[in-house]
Amino acid sequence: MKRYSVFAVAREAQRYHSGWERAWRSPEPKKSYDVIIVGAGGHGLATAYYLGKNFGITNVAIIEKGWLGGGNTGRNTTIIRSNYLQDPSAAIYEKARDLYETLSQDLNYNVMFSPRGVIMLAQTHHEVRGYQRTAHANALQGVKTEFIGPEKVKEIVPIINIDGPRYPVLGGLLQKRGGTARHDAVAWGYARACSDMGMDIIQKCEVTGVRRVAGRVVGVETTKGSIDCNKLGIVVAGHSGVLADMAGFRLPIESAALQALVSEPIKPCMDVVVMANTVHGYMSQSDKGEMVIGGGTDSFNNYTQRGSFHHIEETVRALVETFPMISRLKMLRQWGGIVDMTGDRSPIISKTPLENCFINCGWGTGGFKAIPGSGWAMAELMAKGYSPLANEFSVDRFKEGRFIDESVAAGVAH
Amino acid sequence: MLTLQCPYCGVMAEETELSAGGEAHLKRFGPGSSDADFETYMFMRENPKGVHFERWRHANGCGKWFHAARCTVTLEVFGTYTAQTSVPPAELLETIRAARPGFKWREFE
Repeated sequence: MKRYSVFAVAREAQRYHSGWERAWRSPEPKKSYDVIIVGAGGHGLATAYYLGKNFGITNVAIIEKGWLGGGNTGRNTTIIRSNYLQDPSAAIYEKARDLYETLSQDLNYNVMFSPRGVIMLAQTHHEVRGYQRTAHANALQGVKTEFIGPEKVKEIVPIINIDGPRYPVLGGLLQKRGGTARHDAVAWGYARACSDMGMDIIQKCEVTGVRRVAGRVVGVETTKGSIDCNKLGIVVAGHSGVLADMAGFRLPIESAALQALVSEPIKPCMDVVVMANTVHGYMSQSDKGEMVIGGGTDSFNNYTQRGSFHHIEETVRALVETFPMISRLKMLRQWGGIVDMTGDRSPIISKTPLENCFINCGWGTGGFKAIPGSGWAMAELMAKGYSPLANEFSVDRFKEGRFIDESVAAGVAH
Repeated sequence: MLTLQCPYCGVMAEETELSAGGEAHLKRFGPGSSDADFETYMFMRENPKGVHFERWRHANGCGKWFHAARCTVTLEVFGTYTAQTSVPPAELLETIRAARPGFKWREFE
């Protein structure tokens, strides 16, 4: 792999950019691999990357039904933060946020991590108490956050209306080193690094069955033929239930559409991410100038990748009240992604009833921020059979009653 | 927008008039049941990419709970039926079998 650098840019500038090579290979599948990862989204690619980087396992295939990063990795609102209430969540999200800090250097690929700050607005007295509690919990967890008053919020976000009639801004939980990153670049950077380690990324190849012998996985059936493996990792977000069904076990998961939308590009007006959980809306401004807005999840199971229109109406109505200046903005695009929701709204990184099959799913509405940490933990679990970061996220927690209850701690935007 | 006909008052209700109540026909397990049964009842869920049976409430209407059979991919509705049953009606299953050969949902196929 040719490294990207300022010298490479200068060199290519002199020869009409004819020397750039493809960022990753597109090989045909081999007969057999040590590890197969199903799903070439951020989490799947990160899992493969850390299997190679941290454990030297490089005989790996990453199989993808569509195209690389075309699922929720390319559909989210790119927010990165780690201000969670519960210790296991704070640990894995902070690990992820910390890895994001140096991810561009690690991958030699600019993921455009922008630690511009994230503010979660407190718009009811209940939220004020909730976020003050989270700020104290974060202090104990070593996650740098602070609770700030409404004047400080106004100072950081001048376009905000802090004394709205229904939901006045009473304060906010600020994480200065939270922010955004370029979501596609995260997938592309990991893919390039995986391919460079000799891993095979096989796109447009759908897994149609999981072959099992005596409680073990021996391989997968795909649209490009049968492939053997010693270990299988299922990392497919919204379609986790479909894959689990093929592997013959059940999951405490339901899938639904979550929506987002972007406006026409406008001049820079907001240089932080603002989340308003009471009214189910969050907004940031992309480098292109578009206002990126995230909304609510459908209340019923579906795989439509569209979502119900009235959720957009609710989100936009609430945001217009909070940011009056966006009322005349035209929206350019709206889309949906399928999120997999668990009973406690926390993810699952776990062994399964099949001895050599592992699953990473249930990230619900907030998986992007966790990609590096999730891949790190999943790789450790797959390589060593145990990961301190993943341990609490085992699927057994539902049977044992050890929930990681962030649905109360973080509201819906999560 | 998803519309379902309420089997009680007959109104074609839009999604905003309804509230979703999750998977239908759950068999309940309470105190005295095994951990596995309780876990299955409480957390494990059917999550089909295809026909799903679910509970709905006509919340901003007559207020009644009812059942619906709906495809989670196309949002096609195969029918709605009353809440006073623990299995889908036979004729509804027949309609679904005709429209979706190979359909399977829990023990129904």
